[in-house]
Amino acid sequence: MLSIINVYGTMLLRALGQTLLLTLLSLLFAIVIGMIFGLMNVGHNRVFNMIGTVYVDAVRGVPLIVLAYFIFFGIPAGIQGLGITGFRLSALQAGTIALSMNCGAYMAEIIRAGIESVDRGQMEAGRSLGLTYGAAMRLIVIPQAVRTMIPSIINQFIITLKDTSILSVIGFPELTNVGKTIMGNTFKNLQTWAIVGVMYLVVITILSKVAKKVERRVNRGR
Amino acid sequence: MADNGYKIHVANLKKNFGKLEVLRDISLDVQEGEVVVLIGPSGSGKSTLLRCLNQLETATGGQIVIDGHDVTDKHTDINKVRQNIGMVFQHFNLFNHLNVMDNMTLAPVHLKIMKKEQAREEALKLLRRVGLEDKAEAYPSQLSGGQKQRVAIARALEMKPDIMLFDEPTSALDPEMVGEVLAVMKELAREGMTMVVVTHEIGFAREVANRVIFMEGGYIVEQGTPDEVLLHPKEPRTIDFLSKVL
Repeated sequence: MLSIINVYGTMLLRALGQTLLLTLLSLLFAIVIGMIFGLMNVGHNRVFNMIGTVYVDAVRGVPLIVLAYFIFFGIPAGIQGLGITGFRLSALQAGTIALSMNCGAYMAEIIRAGIESVDRGQMEAGRSLGLTYGAAMRLIVIPQAVRTMIPSIINQFIITLKDTSILSVIGFPELTNVGKTIMGNTFKNLQTWAIVGVMYLVVITILSKVAKKVERRVNRGR
Repeated sequence: MADNGYKIHVANLKKNFGKLEVLRDISLDVQEGEVVVLIGPSGSGKSTLLRCLNQLETATGGQIVIDGHDVTDKHTDINKVRQNIGMVFQHFNLFNHLNVMDNMTLAPVHLKIMKKEQAREEALKLLRRVGLEDKAEAYPSQLSGGQKQRVAIARALEMKPDIMLFDEPTSALDPEMVGEVLAVMKELAREGMTMVVVTHEIGFAREVANRVIFMEGGYIVEQGTPDEVLLHPKEPRTIDFLSKVL
């Protein structure tokens, strides 16, 4: 075990960094995607509702690994099929897109549920004072919705972090992928995967502790 | 544009929820400074009528003109018209994430009707009027029902509306808190505010209303002075309803 840490320690830490980079990038985009589709599903515009529902259902209905293959291999192949050569996506680009789309669909549901949990009267009171739908949503409904959404967002954050391991299949040098490399070099299955597992566990534990603090602060005094 | 001098002009208003006809054919005019009280059994359409006035419910048919603005016309800027119509809800609907002061100043400051400082001064004046000047920094969850409703009235008044709509403002209150809210409303009526009030408080109607309207089944069944409708009703359905609530 110690020999693995001695030899591969920096590599593992770098891989952890890649995992976190992919998680954060995906989460950032996922929040934007979730906002857009979540808000589409909240309003009463039928076209928007349909677009939102189709997106959420489509992405949730496809395994992440298939989505990753599709984006990393499928899309460049399709574009080359159109006669445009030289188009490639890096593993980070493809991984970020796949994970953002996946996480975005769940985020859309979290945001929709959060907004719908706010009493209808809050929007009505805002509108009765002359605020536009957008202003009432932004100033009155969303600030209250965020509170109920925070635990689910934290949960999604952790799921997304763990899902990065799936992207080892497209060769992104994140933690699980590097674990495979180390295992191939050393043949120490037990030790390697124990170390990788503990690394995930430590990071996720720290993140959930920090997140709990944030949650408590947001809820304080109400 | 139908500008006939009325503050509120409703002509042949219809409202359906799906197949359910809630308002069938409502015509109603309210003059400036008039206090109109709507009574009737639940499901009679009185709250829906009130909510149509500021278009929280869009009318299915007919016309509503507020201060010369046809709010049933799609081209009317409803947000502009709503700034002049205060509304008080049964469940107060204070913004739970904001304290009393921010509840009151949010809309006028955001809509650039007042500067922040001016809005705060105005809010303090109104809070004094409703007897809650010491609650400016309190959050809604720290207030009693009666206090919440008085803040809600003050919040609506902060916009300096010409018309106030009250949707069962005392129905969600404990009995001992009804009086404090009605007192604020009575004072408002005395000052000449145009008011449309949906309520089950027959005593309030008798004392304050210029006109009482009895609704049932989406129609106005009977209307007149409180004396006429409450003490000497002509319609059998009015008599029946009053015998149950008095």
